[in-house]
Amino acid sequence: MSIVEFRNVTKTFGPVVVLREVDLNIDKGEVVVLIGPSGSGKSTLLRCINALEEINGGDLVVDNISVKAGRSQVRHIRQEAGMVFQQFNLFPQMTALDNVAFGPRRVRGVTRAEALEQAKALLAKVGLAERGHHYPSELSGGQQQRVAIARALAVKPKLMLFDEPTSALDPELRHEVLRVMQALAEEGMTMIVVTHEIAFARQVGTRLIFMEDGKISVDGNPAALLANPENPRLREFLQHVH
Amino acid sequence: MEFDWSIIGEAMPALFSGARLTILITIAGLVGGLLVGFLAGLMRAYGNAFLNAVAFAYVELIRGTPIVVQVMFIYFALPVLADIRVNPMTAAVTAIVVNAGAYIAEIVRGSFLSVHRGLKEAGLALGLPMWKVLVYIIGPVAFRRMIPPLGNQFIVSLKDTSLFIVIGVGELTRQGQEIMAANFRAVEIWSAVAILYLLMTGTLTLVLRVTEKRMRIL
Ligand SMILES: Nc1ncnc2c1ncn2[C@@H]1O[C@H](COP(=O)(O)OP(=O)(O)OP(=O)(O)O)[C@@H](O)[C@H]1O
Ligand SMILES: [Mg+2]
Repeated sequence: MSIVEFRNVTKTFGPVVVLREVDLNIDKGEVVVLIGPSGSGKSTLLRCINALEEINGGDLVVDNISVKAGRSQVRHIRQEAGMVFQQFNLFPQMTALDNVAFGPRRVRGVTRAEALEQAKALLAKVGLAERGHHYPSELSGGQQQRVAIARALAVKPKLMLFDEPTSALDPELRHEVLRVMQALAEEGMTMIVVTHEIAFARQVGTRLIFMEDGKISVDGNPAALLANPENPRLREFLQHVH
Repeated sequence: MEFDWSIIGEAMPALFSGARLTILITIAGLVGGLLVGFLAGLMRAYGNAFLNAVAFAYVELIRGTPIVVQVMFIYFALPVLADIRVNPMTAAVTAIVVNAGAYIAEIVRGSFLSVHRGLKEAGLALGLPMWKVLVYIIGPVAFRRMIPPLGNQFIVSLKDTSLFIVIGVGELTRQGQEIMAANFRAVEIWSAVAILYLLMTGTLTLVLRVTEKRMRIL
């Protein structure tokens, strides 16, 4: 059953066409890894799903709701589609614990005590049980990104969107974030991940999509595509990433 | 000439009552100015084209004219135009509200817009409506950044009340002027007046310092 459905979606920024009539169905439980050259529209595609970008043509249905259905429907989509950003974007005035408790309190209307209880469990899950009372500025990049993942999970989304979650991290901090993402995938979370981590695509991904110039040009099984990339541009791209 | 301390002693009760009025005008004016300033600043930052234009016109009108002209307009011209009676105190407070409001609007706009766009997106991505993003996420970060420029504006507004001498409000400068006109002791009186202003602005600075220290600037 589809949880995300792009129907002929076009997205433009002024004169620049960023997504060109994209069709794409993503089912529950899929772990889709999105790769492609810089500027090919990966971030934009992801951001259209939770309506951080407005689409200009076609339709995009998430959890059976169109992104064009209106404000309160869009808020519902956003609650079902958690997002993790390249730059973490933690709320700097709140501790890690309050960052994670924030969504349930302000979006789902959960009481503070209950939200904090839940936040503690989520921080423990991402390996940060001891860091709850630290502010983001007191945490390493890898720790901040794991808090950000916990913050998104706290709203109990059905789907998680990751936009280059490890690109801002030093290589030695990447694996701690990737491990958390892998655990999430193993629990059956539906995930769409923009990343250059080819090993993650191979081991965790159930589907690999290669984007070029606003279009999906390759879509298939990660292991097969990575072992034998028939598309010449995908082959060339992979040589650059490795 | 000799500095005569007894002159200051005699003048003190009148100067104190002037200082009290100065403080009153400043506080009332700044409370109103903060309300107007937040409203106009948020209209500038997040309003639609119409609200933005209204706030822009207000800010430009006030920033482009001297506060003495503004208070004269409120006190002398407004009654003629609108057929309402305005007492000097009301005119003084209104002038600070309107004047400080315009500068505070720019401070508010600047500090809200200086907050990294990613925080807004993170809030929206959780499913919050925009007003909650402003209240719970951007506002608290912006507020911390506002404290130094707001403090500056508070001090400017406090000192601006001295200009209301032109409409005869009995604030500190006016009191000094009146005593001076009677006893011609310029040195003693203006020294005392200056020191009273310094005490008021100094206290304000101290309060702001403490507030700033207690809040982590983000
Ligand atoms: N807010 C915006 N305004 C104007 N143009 C934009 C905006 N956001 C993205 N673009 C343009 O859209 C195109 C696609 O951008 P997008 O960020 O989706 O690419 P990407 O595949 O994520 O690239 P990268 O790998 O560098 O992150 C680029 O040409 C970019 O310049
Ligand atoms: Mg991108």
